[in-house]
Amino acid sequence: MLIAQNIGFAIIAAVMIVGAIRVVTTSNVVHGALWLVVVLAGAAAQYVLLAAEFVAVTQVLVYIGAVMVLFLFGTMLTRSRIGRDSGLNNTYWKLGIPVALALFAAMAIALVDSFGSEKMPADGAIVNTQQISDQIFGPYLLPFWALSFVLLAAVIGAIVLARKD
Amino acid sequence: MFVNQFLILAAILFCIGVYGVIARKNGVMVLMAIELILNAVNLNLIAFSMRNGSADGQTFALFVIAVAAAEVGVGLSLVLLIYRNRRTISLDDLSEMKG
Repeated sequence: MLIAQNIGFAIIAAVMIVGAIRVVTTSNVVHGALWLVVVLAGAAAQYVLLAAEFVAVTQVLVYIGAVMVLFLFGTMLTRSRIGRDSGLNNTYWKLGIPVALALFAAMAIALVDSFGSEKMPADGAIVNTQQISDQIFGPYLLPFWALSFVLLAAVIGAIVLARKD
Repeated sequence: MFVNQFLILAAILFCIGVYGVIARKNGVMVLMAIELILNAVNLNLIAFSMRNGSADGQTFALFVIAVAAAEVGVGLSLVLLIYRNRRTISLDDLSEMKG
């Protein structure tokens, strides 16, 4: 069981990393959006592996369903070139590589130092959807309301910004 | 399963996202890189939820997903507005606020 989980993790992680690298290096905006779908689906699979099925389903609905349609509409409406486009990178894009590598080195040192070879609890309490709803409608009720207003403001703001007048 | 394997994967995704934000010029591509960063954060939250056996991490991940959806909606409408006024979404050409 544990070996199967680790093999599954390794395969999904490799696919996610390849997809993420393609998102930031591809010269085709639509291909970038489709590689992003691969990364988001891989993240949903990792959530299932971590026994978070409700968040995994929400990820599929919200990200792969809604956000991806938004990205494709954004590509269409801004008339980005469909196909290869050599002008997607900055003049100084090479600066990003050392910054990302240094950031990763710092995070990796900190993570290995703090968590070392600590294992996930094998027989830990599995969090089910009922507990999440008890959390949202219990101690987190006020943030939940605030979030409703954030979404309302975002919807109205998007309409106001994108309206032709 | 180690705790660290999920955290290191999230760190890799985060750094790829940071590289994308620095390297990309197209506004839509920068927003995609920001999505990568937000997903790395969510993966961390879920991993810690499993480690601590508590529902707090998953609740936070749901909040992050909702805020990310709002951010993408407003961000893409901003990119659309910039395109309508300037006929370009190249971030290098938006230099009015340069001192």
